Amino acid sequence: MSQSFDEISAQLRRRHRKSARLKWMSMGALGLAGLFLVLFFTDMMIKGLPAFQQAQIQVEVDYSEQASQLPLAAVQEDVRPLVSRGYLRLIPGRMEDNAELLGTTRMEWVLADSQVDQYLKGHHTRLSDSEQEVVDRLQAEGRAELRFNTTFFTSGDSKMPELAGIASAAMGTVMTLLVTLAVSFPIGVMTAVYLEEFAPDNRFTQLIEININNLAAIPSILFGLLGLAIFINFFGVPRSSPVVGGLTLALMTLPVIIISTRTALRSVPDSIRHAAFGVGCSRWQVVRDHVLPLALPGIMTGSIIGLAQAMGETAPLIIVGMVAFIPDVAASFSEAATVLPAQIFTWAGEPERAFIEKTSGGILVLLAVLISLNATAVVLRKKFERRW
Amino acid sequence: MNIHVSERKMGPMSGHSAGEPVVRNENANHELSVRVRDLNLWYGDNQALKNINVDVFQKNVTALIGPSGCGKSTFLRCLNRMNDLIPSVRIEGLISMDGRDVNEPKMDEVALRRRVGMVFQKPNPFPKSIYDNVAYAPRMHDLVSRKADVDELVERALRDAGLWEEVKDKLYEPGTSLSGGQQQRLCIARAIAVQPEVILMDEPTSALDPISTATIEDLMDKLKQQFTIITVTHNMQQAARVADYTAFFHLGELIEYNDTQTMFSNPATKKAEDYITGRYG
Amino acid sequence: MQTNQILALFCGTLLVLGLIAYFLGRAKASRVRAAGAAMHAQPDQYAWFSVLSSAGPAIAVGVVGAFAMLLLGAEIPTLYLLAASLVVGCAGLAMGIALVRPDFHARKAIESVIRFFLAGAALISIFTTFGILISIVGEAIRFFQMQSFWDFITGTTWNPGASFLAAAGRAEEGASAAQFGSIPLFAGTFMITAIAMLVAIPVGLLSAIYMAEFAPQRVRTLAKPVLEVLAGIPTVVYGFFAAITVAPIIVDVAGFFGIDASFNNALAPGIVMGIMIIPFISSLSDDVINSVPDSMRQGSLALGMTKGETIRDVVVPAALPGIISASLLAVSRALGETMIVVMAAGMRPNLTANPFEDMTTVTVRIVAALTGDQEFASAETLSAFALGLVLFVVTLSLNLVSVIMIRRFREKYRINNL
Repeated sequence: MSQSFDEISAQLRRRHRKSARLKWMSMGALGLAGLFLVLFFTDMMIKGLPAFQQAQIQVEVDYSEQASQLPLAAVQEDVRPLVSRGYLRLIPGRMEDNAELLGTTRMEWVLADSQVDQYLKGHHTRLSDSEQEVVDRLQAEGRAELRFNTTFFTSGDSKMPELAGIASAAMGTVMTLLVTLAVSFPIGVMTAVYLEEFAPDNRFTQLIEININNLAAIPSILFGLLGLAIFINFFGVPRSSPVVGGLTLALMTLPVIIISTRTALRSVPDSIRHAAFGVGCSRWQVVRDHVLPLALPGIMTGSIIGLAQAMGETAPLIIVGMVAFIPDVAASFSEAATVLPAQIFTWAGEPERAFIEKTSGGILVLLAVLISLNATAVVLRKKFERRW
Repeated sequence: MNIHVSERKMGPMSGHSAGEPVVRNENANHELSVRVRDLNLWYGDNQALKNINVDVFQKNVTALIGPSGCGKSTFLRCLNRMNDLIPSVRIEGLISMDGRDVNEPKMDEVALRRRVGMVFQKPNPFPKSIYDNVAYAPRMHDLVSRKADVDELVERALRDAGLWEEVKDKLYEPGTSLSGGQQQRLCIARAIAVQPEVILMDEPTSALDPISTATIEDLMDKLKQQFTIITVTHNMQQAARVADYTAFFHLGELIEYNDTQTMFSNPATKKAEDYITGRYG
Repeated sequence: MQTNQILALFCGTLLVLGLIAYFLGRAKASRVRAAGAAMHAQPDQYAWFSVLSSAGPAIAVGVVGAFAMLLLGAEIPTLYLLAASLVVGCAGLAMGIALVRPDFHARKAIESVIRFFLAGAALISIFTTFGILISIVGEAIRFFQMQSFWDFITGTTWNPGASFLAAAGRAEEGASAAQFGSIPLFAGTFMITAIAMLVAIPVGLLSAIYMAEFAPQRVRTLAKPVLEVLAGIPTVVYGFFAAITVAPIIVDVAGFFGIDASFNNALAPGIVMGIMIIPFISSLSDDVINSVPDSMRQGSLALGMTKGETIRDVVVPAALPGIISASLLAVSRALGETMIVVMAAGMRPNLTANPFEDMTTVTVRIVAALTGDQEFASAETLSAFALGLVLFVVTLSLNLVSVIMIRRFREKYRINNL
């Protein structure tokens, strides 16, 4: 009845092949996910890295009386279409500020038009043949080159790609996240402390728990509807402002902070609590002096991750109007502002080729910040990780 | 029963062939099933088995006893290469079955496990129906394919495991719905359904109540008509009740391997005697 | 006076009041203690209690007044309100100081206040859910007062067209009557979700199987963070990638096979959304597969099963409840995903089964209805809330079903930690 090892092995051959196939397929699936990540980052780098460089050309600027009235007159006719309109527009103002400029003629490196920029980067442009020749000549003379694009980091949005930057959006992100953090961190930690340390285990507590888990799974756009209907229409919080954006994001971040804080509180062993109760601490004193300090690294990690999530969020902010065209940094929390992801969204809708570059550049900045935030959280967790 | 009393209480097993029991049970079958020679096993740097030599005879119950951590379960798991699942394990020595070294590179561990089945300490039925728990492996091994044959095989295995009467009306309920003792018998039915030659049992009754334990012990007695059973047990009375041969392990060494009755009445070694009389363990 | 100035004044007075309360309370407590009485609490605790008893009522009066003005439109001169809250605060101060007695449990009083505040914070999450529900339901009801619910559910034409003209009282100028049949939107949503799931479930599940069952420790520690990066990429970035990189590739490839594909085809957002969801499914499945007890695997291997058979027939079925519940959560995520479809899917409500055509989704229409300057009372704007209501109900049910499902299976197989 019983078979020899060789007979059984022969029967098994097909089954072993199937087993190996599953291994290769599953490995391939993971590889596919990794491959996508590589493709994605390569694509973004190729599209976005050029945004950190910007064409500048050296031209003769004539600060004449005429130029203060008609800025176009400040540069010679052949290079006129090559110079950024935005730069020319600033000339009268600069002449007013510095009186000694009047009547002088200087060779200056000035911001080139985005078409020149695209031409120098080897992309298709709308420059005419004669204009292209001029650029070629300037380049041969060393008077046209790609330089580090400081404008991208120092200016706000603009309809002219060469003048568009992420400064106002970045500032808007910081302000919005400040509001988010100020609201969600205390409320989140307080909720978690209540649920873990104080709440009786009754129906009501269970309701709150189910509700928190549910909130974490509700589509973000619905938070936008809440922000619009409750914060803007009901409470009259100014539309498009960091306050309304921050409040909306705070409600979204709340479950993340609550859940991670609860995990951190739960990982503090009961022996610590018992010891503190044993020396006569009240419940609140136990929490404040013993449990919270030990749970703090975990709470911080969770909050950073929650904040990183909020930072990449766009949909609810569109609904509360934070996609406005914002050329200048918002001066207060109630003024219209935009955030980085919303700026990316706005630029992605611009038809001009130069804006694809800006969009990808903005994405690279956003990803860099997000990755460093998450890395900080990981480092924090590793550093303070404690096994009880 | 004719047992010759050993005089060699001082030196363990001196002067008789390594691996053979010190005293043979004359009633038992003496066809060789598994031969183990100079088996050494390391977990990383930690040696868990030292120079084990055993001859296991077919259609017997062989019990492995000894204090916790003595290596008896590790030894058992060598026999169907379940230790392969632990990456840091290193094995030297010979375990031969049917003239082949089970650790040789050409040996297919899946084929080995078809001939050497195993029942675990805690019952571990699959998350499937009682029927599928038993029918799964025979179907996969192409032992049966027609529905009627599968039904017959399932019934026979469940009958052999003494479970049929209790479950015949609920074959399609999940295996996990049974009681602990029933689950363990389901696992035994599952193991015998593939018709192995050897069944390894790793403390099969330690998680069960006394009544279920007695049922399983009776079962082992019946099953040895068809199968070679090697069982690890914590419970010396159990070894005395069910085993034909008993091997006593201590700190990774096989101290004594003997006919069960001799082992419990007149052990050859001082250590075994101390353990059996309850001086340590 | 400006609101800001009033607020500053209010805070300033509160601060002064609090300081006075702290020092008066502390002084009195110290005096009582110096006199030799055994007190229930420390002087500091009495001091804090005094602060609470004076500032608390003052803030309460201020907040109630502010709400009355904001919500009920009550005309209360702000200075009166300020004075009123100050008076109440002083009364609280007097009471607080009076309570500084040896037999008064100041600490317990403070702790019950703290507990009250903590419970209040926990309520915010409930308020949020109700806030979402009320804001959506309220506006959705207004929408259904204008448009028939039945047409919304069964209509196959979504054409808000000139509804904003109607809201502005110029209905006769509209070329055609607005139609709000939502079926094309749901069809588009489900099409894109289905494509996403076709990508995410196999890849995510197989990745999880590889990581949990086959991968060496080194690969595991490397692969997990890589997948997490995939999950951390903002959706707006995925949307841009889908629209700028993936969609043209799909058009080219389809063109190569002679298929006419739109640049806003449903495949690009679907595939990219699927990639976004991979880590979601893989990490949850990985957890569940890891929590399948090892004894199951050993039981199968000991029967002479290959590793692949063990995984397919024992491990995956045992982990199935978790895998299904992860997939349901992933579906709910895909349904509510906004940015990818806003940027890469079309705007045109299109009832078709061809994934190469452009089609639009629920979330796209919500965004379209609520951006730009629109009359809030128009049916198109309100339709966003009706769509939001459906989205809310569907995602909520999916979440609940996934919770119930996992609980059932857990009872059935008694697998812990799921």
